[in-house]
Amino acid sequence: MDSDDKKQEQSPSRRRFLTETIPAAAGALVLAVGLAGHQRSANALPPYAIRPPGALPEEKFLAACLRCGQCVRACAENLRQDKSRTTASPAAPAPQLGESISQLAELGENAPLETAVPTLRLAEFGGDIAPGTPYFIPRISPCRMCEDMPCVKACPSGALNKNLASINEAKMGLAVLVDQENCLNCLGLRCDVCYRNCPVIDKALTLEMQVNQRTGVHARFIPTVHSKHCTGCGKCERSCVLENAAIKVLPLSQARGTLGSHYRVGWEEKDKAGHSLIPEALQLPVRRPEEKP
Amino acid sequence: MSKKRTPGQEAIEKKGWLRANTWLLLRRASQLGILGMFLLGPLAGLWLIKGTLSASTAFGFLPLTDPLTVAQSLAAGHVPEAAALVGMLVVLAIYTVIGGRMYCAWVCPINLITDTAAWLNRRLEIKGNLNLSRSLRYWLLGMIIISAAITGSIIWEWFNPVTMLQRGLLFSMGFGWLLAAEIFILDAFVLRHGWCGHLCPVGAAYSLLGFTAALRVKAARRERCTDCTDCFAVCPEPQVIRPALKGSSDVILSHNCLNCGRCIDVCPQEVFVFSKRS
Repeated sequence: MDSDDKKQEQSPSRRRFLTETIPAAAGALVLAVGLAGHQRSANALPPYAIRPPGALPEEKFLAACLRCGQCVRACAENLRQDKSRTTASPAAPAPQLGESISQLAELGENAPLETAVPTLRLAEFGGDIAPGTPYFIPRISPCRMCEDMPCVKACPSGALNKNLASINEAKMGLAVLVDQENCLNCLGLRCDVCYRNCPVIDKALTLEMQVNQRTGVHARFIPTVHSKHCTGCGKCERSCVLENAAIKVLPLSQARGTLGSHYRVGWEEKDKAGHSLIPEALQLPVRRPEEKP
Repeated sequence: MSKKRTPGQEAIEKKGWLRANTWLLLRRASQLGILGMFLLGPLAGLWLIKGTLSASTAFGFLPLTDPLTVAQSLAAGHVPEAAALVGMLVVLAIYTVIGGRMYCAWVCPINLITDTAAWLNRRLEIKGNLNLSRSLRYWLLGMIIISAAITGSIIWEWFNPVTMLQRGLLFSMGFGWLLAAEIFILDAFVLRHGWCGHLCPVGAAYSLLGFTAALRVKAARRERCTDCTDCFAVCPEPQVIRPALKGSSDVILSHNCLNCGRCIDVCPQEVFVFSKRS
């Protein structure tokens, strides 16, 4: 720098420390605090976005994902191969990646259920998902449940865990019947579309028969999700015939409740112990008003 | 000094336009070529290299991983799988030989923006009054690693313009162009070489590989120097040149040198050459 000579004359190290080191360190600190604050507010995934199969839990995922997009490429490549294998059906024009969710409506019922769009997208700068991380929006493009899981194979960092033995064991999210008033099956009709589109049909999604209280003589078949088997692929949400899906896949953290850590389920504890946990039924003293103790 | 001097003009007159722009042209070819290789996949279905600058797979087998991204991942508590670690070693090996900041001058897409901004800055003769330390980038680098450890996240990738711009071109841009525009405005109107020369922690990380780099620029014929200062005018790190011209060693030893070769281009006296460190 041109002022170097001047600085040399007046105790260079001290001057440097005062004019360069301290402001630089302070500036860096301010930026770091900003970064950390931003990160804290942005740690949770928005409810419409689901991570690919095998993704580590969100907080670990953000430490592991290198933001390279190779899973997204693998997903698109797989779809292209699928399309060239099967004779191309007249699919709706594939929307560009990164289209906003509001354009979902246009896609609507006209898009074939076997999606024309690659599942995975890469988050952009300026959104509420960490930029460069992969996600999908089930209502637009559910996971296609490829048996060889090309996205997981493509991941160089382990953010998508290769220990996932089968796509059927994936836990991308959990389907929840969020609207039990507008779901056609809940109204007493036999829509059943989500149930029929479930890749783990009769395990992850069952129809539970109930009496239709409105008519008194009919049955209602309530779509019921079982978290043990649901992969969170989103085919149920994608196929729901309502304008706004009654069944939605949510990130696990938002779909599931958590029991208090001190809670014990009595019947399970009883099974574990092999016998009743209390000796006998309690004998309560009988107190009648006319009897003196 | 009353007459305005355009850096590189004399070199063009003496050596001809081509020889006064050789390294610049090669550098542009490298930058655009690498970007083009990435773009061939999504645009033409020809996958020479898959991924982005933060991590990729070249020719279907060679992993390449950005060391700063892996460093953050490690600081955040995740040990990446072998592919990412091998990719990092490959990148480290390459840049330890050719000079860490060769990345900045020959690969980074932001350099196209900052070079344009610097050109505009010179043409308009803007002297911004912002005075930042060139060591700020190293502080930022340290803070990023610490922040990654505290937040448990690869935090710099929320904002990294280097990968953001490239990812935007390869996938979808979103508001990524805003970052590029900010850098252009900073460099053109506020602080000459503001981003690459003062702030960019990615460049700072790569420059740490420059201490042992074998490839260096050498002022081999420095006795011919006429002090025209054209090299200082075009160099993004002008402080690195003086020791080589006036100091004990005629090699530019500073790890901050980008090995861009622009000084070789613009010198009418042909003082500089690429050479081995010695």
